[in-house]
Amino acid sequence: MLRYLALRLGRAALTIVLVVTFAFVVLRLSGDPAVIIMSPEAPQAAIEAFRHAWGLDQPIWVQYIDYFSAIAHGELGQSFRDGRPAIDLVAERIPATLWLTIPALCLKLLIGIPAGIHAALHRNSLTDRVVMAGAVAGFTVPSFVLGLMLVLLFSVELGWLPSGGQGSWQAGILPVITLGFGGAGILARFTRSAMLEVLGQPYIRTASAKGVPWARVVRGHALPNAAIPTVTIVGFMVGSLIAGAVVVESVFSWPGVGRLLVVAVSNRDLAVVQCILLLVATTMVVSNLIVDLLYGVLDPRLRGGRS
Amino acid sequence: MSASLADRKAASTPPDLVEIRDLVVTFGDQPAVRGLDLTLRRGEALGIVGESGCGKSVTWLAALGLLPPTATVEGSVRLAGQELLGAAPATLDTLRGGRIAIIFQDPTSSLNPVHRVGTQVREALRLHRGMDHRAAAAEALRLFDLVGIPDSRRRVDLYPHELSGGQNQRVMIAMALAGQPDVLIADEPTTALDATIQAQILELLQKVQRETGMALVLISHDLGVVAELCQRVGVMYAGRMVEMAEASQLFAHPLHPYTKGLLAALPDLSGPRRRLVPIQGSVPEPGAMPAGCAFMPRCPDQQRQCTALPALRELAPAHHVACVRAPIMRAAP
Repeated sequence: MLRYLALRLGRAALTIVLVVTFAFVVLRLSGDPAVIIMSPEAPQAAIEAFRHAWGLDQPIWVQYIDYFSAIAHGELGQSFRDGRPAIDLVAERIPATLWLTIPALCLKLLIGIPAGIHAALHRNSLTDRVVMAGAVAGFTVPSFVLGLMLVLLFSVELGWLPSGGQGSWQAGILPVITLGFGGAGILARFTRSAMLEVLGQPYIRTASAKGVPWARVVRGHALPNAAIPTVTIVGFMVGSLIAGAVVVESVFSWPGVGRLLVVAVSNRDLAVVQCILLLVATTMVVSNLIVDLLYGVLDPRLRGGRS
Repeated sequence: MSASLADRKAASTPPDLVEIRDLVVTFGDQPAVRGLDLTLRRGEALGIVGESGCGKSVTWLAALGLLPPTATVEGSVRLAGQELLGAAPATLDTLRGGRIAIIFQDPTSSLNPVHRVGTQVREALRLHRGMDHRAAAAEALRLFDLVGIPDSRRRVDLYPHELSGGQNQRVMIAMALAGQPDVLIADEPTTALDATIQAQILELLQKVQRETGMALVLISHDLGVVAELCQRVGVMYAGRMVEMAEASQLFAHPLHPYTKGLLAALPDLSGPRRRLVPIQGSVPEPGAMPAGCAFMPRCPDQQRQCTALPALRELAPAHHVACVRAPIMRAAP
């Protein structure tokens, strides 16, 4: 078990290193931050001075090694804009993002899983068709379209809810619905197909054959098996709690991590972008790790190293 | 006076435990069982043979209400006089696993992979015998010992994937016995197992049947297995019963040409080696059944009168055959 855990942690660390390396290379190939920040008309001497000040005149591999040794010392760099530590800039945005993504995650779970189970249990019924149509709409309509439609209806036409900003708790309602609807659709579809797969298994027939009432067959025999594939999707959703709202935050002018990322990328504010990517990669990897450990809890066949 | 006494005795213990009348099962427009009559007596071992797709398993799944909703089931299935088809779910739940138990072909996938085998047996004990956890645990251990699972104390806590196929079938049998059933339906219980394990499982079934006095329905395509275990044998073909008799009678004097064909296709264990005789042709597709006898296209003795659907008739004592030619053939062998 310990060896398995160490192996998993090692792989998780490697994934993070790869993501950060990739981001580092792409960002430095995609434009000169000095020119963008100083404006192209700035005197050459000023641009050179900026490059020198931030170490951008060094060869890329030197910058790369410097960057990693800084990370190893817990130093994530400063924003080119105002010189504040990138980590502070990102950290102060995290609560705003979680204010959207955590309620949205609850919405996904509370709607998606029961809807999927219900649809599977009443396969081909009217409710099944309605749920599946809603699910397809949920994950095919892009969030910016849904977001704008909701704004049009509830803010512009009806005037019930604010169209953006973070002024009041009501301002969060439309972005949470926008985020939650698509995820609920995906989750409903996955849960439904997982349930259908399980309900067709011989052990479900065995449970009925030994006289287990149907409601208990579903709860005690089908759900624990259907949970295994569903957990994968939920894990993915938990992993994107930090960075899953980039589009929605932009649509609703919500001052979260997603909007900071968009602004930082267009400004080539390398330290901030990398700090966010590091955070995103870490949450994704950690949630994946938790999912892997949960598999072992849920499915005895996947438990390694039995004594 | 004596007649009424006999009547009363018959009423208190009706000899027929399960009575199936005119059972018809269809999947969409494909018939799987096409009008089946069958009685199972208390305590007897009844074999049902026939090739894959002849409806032998579907009959019993339909009787227990275990078919998917896509199947339509008509006719009547009575357990000790009580109608099962269309019975309320709560009624079926008390009967299934309680009075009628069933075990399946592939024991490993028939057990829930996420629950310990002991838990699955205890669930049946709690449902049908109202035992609390402690009593169920003790009874589960006793059942594990009864079905011959060695080191039962450790094995009750294992998961199905940690046991062999043969041991899982023993667990299935223990689970079936948990409700102290009047009848155990064994649906090809050894098909997925090794030859040596097959013999052990059959021996176990024979032993528990003898010890508990329950009836046993053994569904198999293996005539040898059925001959060894069963007192009475029914032969099914294309969704109907074509012949039914005492096992010794059926194997010694088969009357239906299909049964004769099946027996001719078996190798002899003794005597000179001979070429096996296959039955010509193949089973008609469910969508393209001939109007009369379904075996007619393959029958070596087909005649004009075979285009009428033959009824199951008693041609010798307790020997029923569904073949219009059988009496004639029998008279002039």
